[in-house]
Amino acid sequence: MASEELVSLRDVWVYYGNVAVLEGVNLSIKQHDLLGIIGPNGGGKTTLLKVILGLVKPSSGEVAVLGSTPQRNRKFIGYVAQNSLVDRDFPMSVWEVVLMGRYGKVGLIKRFSDDDKKAAYKALETVEMLDYKDKQIGRLSGGEQQRVFIARALVAEPKILLLDEPTTGVDTRVQTKFYELLARLKQSMAIVLVSHDISAVSIHVDKIACLNHRLYYHGSKEVGPEILEATYRCPVEMIAHGVPHRVLKEH
Amino acid sequence: MLEALQYDFMRNALVAGILAATACGVIGVYVVVKKIASISGGIAHASFGGIGLGFLLGINPVLVALFFALASALGMGIVSRRTSLPQDTVIGIFWAVGMALGVIFIGFGPGYAGNLFSYLFGNILLVPTSDLALMLILDAVIASVVFLFYKEFLAISFDEEFSAVVGVPVESLYLTLLCLVALTVAVLIRVVGIILVIAMLTIPAAVAKQFTYNLTKMMLLSSLIGIIIVLCGLWLSYELDLASGATIVIVGGALFAVSFGLRGLATRKRPVAQPS
Repeated sequence: MASEELVSLRDVWVYYGNVAVLEGVNLSIKQHDLLGIIGPNGGGKTTLLKVILGLVKPSSGEVAVLGSTPQRNRKFIGYVAQNSLVDRDFPMSVWEVVLMGRYGKVGLIKRFSDDDKKAAYKALETVEMLDYKDKQIGRLSGGEQQRVFIARALVAEPKILLLDEPTTGVDTRVQTKFYELLARLKQSMAIVLVSHDISAVSIHVDKIACLNHRLYYHGSKEVGPEILEATYRCPVEMIAHGVPHRVLKEH
Repeated sequence: MLEALQYDFMRNALVAGILAATACGVIGVYVVVKKIASISGGIAHASFGGIGLGFLLGINPVLVALFFALASALGMGIVSRRTSLPQDTVIGIFWAVGMALGVIFIGFGPGYAGNLFSYLFGNILLVPTSDLALMLILDAVIASVVFLFYKEFLAISFDEEFSAVVGVPVESLYLTLLCLVALTVAVLIRVVGIILVIAMLTIPAAVAKQFTYNLTKMMLLSSLIGIIIVLCGLWLSYELDLASGATIVIVGGALFAVSFGLRGLATRKRPVAQPS
C-alpha cells in the first residue's frame, strides 16, 4: 500500500469567533481513496472541505495538498458544493457552466482554447449530459444539475474530487447512477464525499470517517456503534431508525 | 417629433438617450443577474455629493459626481466584503451620507442652485454637447472592460465560491463591476437623474431576461429595449409636455408590466417541470 498521499491534515483547529468547528482533525487522503465523511449538520463537514480547498484558514495545524499549500495546489482539486444553484432563471447554458471549471487553466482575460472545449466535451460525456449542453442550467432537474456540477469539477482534470452533500434532493434511482459514476471516477482520482445520510454513503464508499467537530477515522468502513455514538452524541438508534446494524454491511 | 430634430437640444437629447441606453443595457444585465440593484441605488444616490461639490466649485457637476460614484462604489464594496456589517446597512449609510454632503455643499455655494432639479430627476433636453463627449468616453470604457472580463464577470455572477476555487480574483472583479456601475450612473444622470437611475439599470435588463438565457444576447436586447424606452419617453414628454426623466421611467415600468404579463400567460400554458 505505497500509494501517494494527496491530502494531509495534521491537528487542524478551526474557530469561528469563539466556537471551535474543527477540533484537532487529522486526515490523510491517498490515491484511489473513496472516502465518505458522515456527521450531523453543523458538525464541520463543509468547513473541513473548505480547509482542504484553502477557502478557510485553520487557526492552527497543518494542511498539505500534494505536498504544498492548498492555495497553490487548489487547481488539482475538483469541488462540487452543496446546493450550487440559487437562481433558476440565471442566463447561462450547461456548456458555459462546465467551461467555468477551466478558468484556472485559462487565466484572466484570455479566451477558451480548443483544448478547453475538448475537455468540457469529455467531462459532459463522462456524466452523460452531453445532450443537454445548450440547455439553460436552471431548467434542469436537481439530479441533472448535479451531474453538470460534477462535470464542471472534472473538466480541470483534478486529482482529488470533493463532493458536499451530493445526493441531497435526488431520488434513489438517480443516487444509484451517481454512485456508479463515482466508482468509475475512482480509477483516476481520489474522492471525498461528505454527507449526513449515513445509510446511502456507507454502502458505496470504501472508507468512512465520522465528523462532529472531532474526526473519527479508522481507515476502514466498519464503524462500530460506539464511534457513531461519539460522533452524534446521541443513541445510534436515533440516527439509524432503530436498526443500527443495517446501517453498515451485515457483519 | 421629426420637426423637433432641427433643434440642437433635440439632437443632443437623441444622442444622449442612445448613449445612456447602451451603458445601462450592458451594465444593467449584471445589476439584475448578480442582484446588486440596491448597492447600485446606493452608488447613484451617494453621487449627489459630487453634484453639490461641482456646484460649489463651479466644475461640471456630472464629472465630480463620477468621482463620488466611484469612491462610494469602492467604499461600499470594500466595507461590506471585509467587515461583518450587513451589506444593506453599509448601503444605507453611504446612500444617505452622500446625499447629505451634497445638500451641505450646495448650502455653501453661491446663491440659488437653479437647475438642481434636473440632476435629481434628469432632463434629457438640457444635455450640453460637452457632456455627450464625456458620455461617449464612459460608454467606450464600459464596453472595453466588459469585453475583456466577460467570462470572469459571468463566473462571479453565477457562483462566487466556485470562481474563487478555480482562482478567479473574485473581490477585485466585484469591485471593478461596481466601478462600472458608477460609470453608468454618471452616464445616466443627465437623462433620468440620480433618483431615477436605478429604473434604467433594472428595467431593460429585467425585460430582456425574459426572452433569452444567453448573457451577450441579453445585453444586446436590453440595450435595444433601453433605446426604445428612452425614445418613447422622450417623444411622449415632448408631445404631452411632461418631465422627460419621469416619463422615460414610467414608459419603462409599463413595458416591464406588459412583458411580465405576457410571459406569465405563456408559461401558464406550458408549465415548467419542477425538479424533484
